[in-house]
Amino acid sequence: MLELQCAEDLLALGRATGKTLPALVVEYESELSGQPAAEIYETMHHRLQIMKESVEQGLDDPGALAHLAKGYGLKMKMAADEGRLVGGQQLQRITMYALAVAQHNASLGRIAACPTAGSCGVLPAALLCIAEDRGADDGALVDALLTAAGIGTVSAMQGPISGAEGGCQAECGVASAMAAGAVVELAGGSAEAVFDAASLALQNLLGLVCDPVAGLVEIPCITRNACAAGNAVMAADMVRAGIPAVIPFDETVRAMKQIGRAMPESLRETSKGGLAASSTAKRIHRRMQREHQLEEE
Amino acid sequence: MSQIGIFDIVGPVMVGPSSSHTAGAVRLGYAGRQILGEPVRRADIHLHGSFAATYWGHRTDIALLAGLLGMAMDDAAIPGAKKLCCDHGLAYQFHRADLGDVHPNSVRLQLQGESSHADVQGASVGGGRAAIHRLDGFAIQCDGTYATLISRHKDEPGVISEITRVLGEMNINIAFMEVSRRRRGLDAMLVAQTDDPLNSRVIQWVTGLRGVRQVWCLPRF
Repeated sequence: MLELQCAEDLLALGRATGKTLPALVVEYESELSGQPAAEIYETMHHRLQIMKESVEQGLDDPGALAHLAKGYGLKMKMAADEGRLVGGQQLQRITMYALAVAQHNASLGRIAACPTAGSCGVLPAALLCIAEDRGADDGALVDALLTAAGIGTVSAMQGPISGAEGGCQAECGVASAMAAGAVVELAGGSAEAVFDAASLALQNLLGLVCDPVAGLVEIPCITRNACAAGNAVMAADMVRAGIPAVIPFDETVRAMKQIGRAMPESLRETSKGGLAASSTAKRIHRRMQREHQLEEE
Repeated sequence: MSQIGIFDIVGPVMVGPSSSHTAGAVRLGYAGRQILGEPVRRADIHLHGSFAATYWGHRTDIALLAGLLGMAMDDAAIPGAKKLCCDHGLAYQFHRADLGDVHPNSVRLQLQGESSHADVQGASVGGGRAAIHRLDGFAIQCDGTYATLISRHKDEPGVISEITRVLGEMNINIAFMEVSRRRRGLDAMLVAQTDDPLNSRVIQWVTGLRGVRQVWCLPRF
């Protein structure tokens, strides 16, 4: 039975068999679920379509059903169209896509969690932007998603992937690691480079706490998605430039787990600490609670 | 530790905003509905830890109710679950609770239907995955990866072998099995996770066995 316990085993298996990461991930899922490989590719194609849809819908989503964040993707798109932004064209789109998907999630839109809903904008933004610029087809995108799934699975086997257990590093951090590896895969990098990029991306976000204002997946979650998406592309390029991750991916994940354990409960999705405990956040929270009580009556 | 499927990592496809507090909560509610085996008429919902602290913001309440109504996590009707509860005659009450040293995203569902009741405790363990940890006072492990047969029976020799014999005769393979009891000779529970789906015939057959008091068959959730 093929297992995805850790990156090291997966890399060793790749070297021993000559199989690619996407191929090994498909084999793993096929053994686990009993589904033939063709069905697994088909399901991943469907996930890709959901991601593309969530970008498109998110770019037009005014955020009517969100509590605090309204039309973030839409605002970026309009500003880009009007030439009001200072960043480069690619960075503008990465930011725009990440905000669009995360905004759509906050507005009760349909998204593909990756690895969680709170971090659902990171991978689509980084991967779809780079794919557009490189002219990559859906087949290459599905392979990149499979690689991302492999990274996420070995992360989940060794550490937390929820804000309540590990803080934002376990959500946006792992999402960024998955996105960095996916971008390297799309660019034709080696399996080692994939996990180096994943490790660097996660290292950059270690310690990030989960402190959502008023308990909503909006502030600062939506803009952090954009940060983690940009970080993924930076990590991928650093590795392609030959900058080493130094700490292997598995050890970075275990460090993330340890940091999550050391985090007080107030910084793990309880909205009792961090930004959520700021006076502005408390004011917003009180206002929302009053509105909620009115709703109940 | 059990394995994690790749589509729980790149996925699930769900209605936002939170995989642990919305999608996982829909799954927990759905599991509760399946365990009860009939439409829920009354639900007392005890929220623990992070669930208790942030339920309204993450719409955990709406998600649990959607699941109790039998919805899946990508159902576009989820936002309207509270109104649907009124329409379907499901009365509910939320409570803040301390369930002890359990996962921070835990909930206890005390459910009543027309003819039966169930006391289910579980947790949303991340990425939209959910696990049931207690059923009617028994500690169990069930994460919906497999179809699951649960029997409550008299603690005496031969009951378990009879249950596994019936499953064998129906060509149902057991992937994982766990047995526990409250007191020797009294109340015992068996949880069998199976590779093959379980139908109503399984419930009939196993319910008819000597010593068996109650049987639940859960689909994958």
